[in-house]
Amino acid sequence: MRLKEIIRLLDAVIITNSRDYEAEIEWACATDLMSDVLYYSRGNSVLITGLAKQQAIRTSDIADIKVVVFTRGKEPDTHTIELARKKKITLLITPYSMFTACGKLYERGLRCCPE
Amino acid sequence: MKLKEIAEILSLRPLTPVEGLEREVSGAYVGDLLSDVMANAGEGNLWITLQTHVNIVAVAVFKNLSAIVIVNGRMPDSDTMDKAVSEDIPILLTGKSAFETAGKLYQILNAQNLQG
Amino acid sequence: MKIDKTYEGNFHIVGGDFSRAGEASTELKTILLNVGIEDEIVRRVAIATFEAEMNIMIYATAGILRYIISPEEIRIIAEDMGPGIEDIELAMQEGYSTAPDWVREMGWGAGMGLPNMKKNADIFRIDSVVGEGTTVEMIIKL
Ligand SMILES: Nc1ncnc2c1ncn2[C@@H]1O[C@H](COP(=O)(O)OP(=O)(O)OP(=O)(O)O)[C@@H](O)[C@H]1O
Ligand SMILES: [Mg+2]
Repeated sequence: MRLKEIIRLLDAVIITNSRDYEAEIEWACATDLMSDVLYYSRGNSVLITGLAKQQAIRTSDIADIKVVVFTRGKEPDTHTIELARKKKITLLITPYSMFTACGKLYERGLRCCPE
Repeated sequence: MKLKEIAEILSLRPLTPVEGLEREVSGAYVGDLLSDVMANAGEGNLWITLQTHVNIVAVAVFKNLSAIVIVNGRMPDSDTMDKAVSEDIPILLTGKSAFETAGKLYQILNAQNLQG
Repeated sequence: MKIDKTYEGNFHIVGGDFSRAGEASTELKTILLNVGIEDEIVRRVAIATFEAEMNIMIYATAGILRYIISPEEIRIIAEDMGPGIEDIELAMQEGYSTAPDWVREMGWGAGMGLPNMKKNADIFRIDSVVGEGTTVEMIIKL
């Protein structure tokens, strides 16, 4: 799914982005636990999480995840935003809950990382 | 919508007594941070999580959630099961991810006009 | 790309300081990329190292993370002076965790760290003495 499509479906606010809006994001992963991200995720995926903290960005950088979406309109602190910018991770905020965000993306054909 | 119908469509495996499946589900919430679920899950919601330890039952009781669905093929601890049975909180399992479980359930609930 | 020499180094990890958690693994990842290691291998090493770093952060007061990059393999040794692990077999099980509530609220404690290290390493060894500390050794072949 294209990045611009993810942004549109989630009514997301763009906090950081250095990526082409046409970039293709292959998979999705929805969790608040970072080891779960590290265990199941693939590179080039979007992480949907309620953990609006630096840890989510660090983990995404380690796991080559390109796009991170914080749910329920949670605003990260400046350290988190700075880290995302430095690591070239696209950081979005959606007003939706994790459930709704998953639903909207799944409905349009995005799938979770295969094992 | 009844938990039983959802369990059938999503092939969820109930670990607690089947009487619990007669419950009504008002919507759903996905999350693994207990404080977040405590603050934001709605009454009657079905809770999709990866957490397995005993505290999840206390959260479900406190928030009056309809059931807990544990994803990624994880098994709850035995004290979680004991507490779920004594507190009458249905626990169901799936080998699928939270993203997929939520994605499918969203479509099912939407068709019924129930929100998350 | 072939690596022609051996690179070594280490990082000191201090327990409890969550704001810096993951810095060592992030730096190691940059080093591996600069040396010219293939992306998929870098990802595996980074994930395994990050899990080891987090365990030192969470369960031990201090530790050291050593890396040796040779033409044949990448070797990571995570050694801590923590409480040690009583039952290693139990700790290795997916989902087993003794992480306290505050750690779970920080996004850790899924009980997947050790299984993940094992999954990503070609050779995984763990050695622990209660009251003394834990050593994890991981080898990823090139
Ligand atoms: N370095 C260590 N020192 C002491 N105990 C440890 C250490 N590493 C792991 N353990 C013990 O082993 C358990 C399992 O570790 P593991 O990394 O698999 O999961 P976790 O740290 O609990 O959660 P996650 O890694 O998924 O965030 C821990 O909860 C802890 O009890
Ligand atoms: Mg761990």
